[in-house]
Amino acid sequence: MKKTINAMLLLMVMVMMSACSSLGVKPWERGSLSRDDMLMDADALDLAFDEHIYFSKEASSGGQGFAGGGCGCN
Amino acid sequence: MKKLILLLVLLSSSAQAEIYDINEFSLENYRGKVVYLDFWASWCKPCQKSFPWMNDLKSKFPAEYFDVVTINLDENSQDMHDFLQKVPAEFDIYHDANGQAAQTFKVEGMPMSYLIDRDGKIQSRHIGFYEKKKAELEKEIEGLL
Repeated sequence: MKKTINAMLLLMVMVMMSACSSLGVKPWERGSLSRDDMLMDADALDLAFDEHIYFSKEASSGGQGFAGGGCGCN
Repeated sequence: MKKLILLLVLLSSSAQAEIYDINEFSLENYRGKVVYLDFWASWCKPCQKSFPWMNDLKSKFPAEYFDVVTINLDENSQDMHDFLQKVPAEFDIYHDANGQAAQTFKVEGMPMSYLIDRDGKIQSRHIGFYEKKKAELEKEIEGLL
């Protein structure tokens, strides 16, 4: 019984060892993410609203498929 | 007339890109030449901008001493072929669907390029493509030739 528990514990530790090491998308794997239909722009008005809040909090804009971005000109 | 057309077709096709599988890729094939190695994908906008310049680059320096070699990282090869229909390329292309070469070269951004000297050693790495950096890169290549 104890052996089994030990073995299971060891297995769990082994599984958890990898932790977050395989998370994240590599630079060359962003093909699907960069597709137009992957944008969070179901509702243009909603997007404009979100972008407005983001701009007022972060003093930067863009990166969400919303026209313009990062130039500090709006 | 027919011969002339055939000749024209042959001439125009000679400048087209050769597409290989990544398994055929080896820097050994380009030993003795300075190589501009570029990683790109069809969905990457700055990559598209770099194409005319890479074509120029290839014709600018003698083929005996310099080559432009690129690795495409599209998961779906059809995306690459569609892209090449729109954007002409005159250099060798290796298709790396699984990103194995990108992993080996530790690609950190798109596009990413490497300048490799005649002995096959990486001399410099460049992330992204900037119009401003063209002249600097060309100078660097000249220095290695």
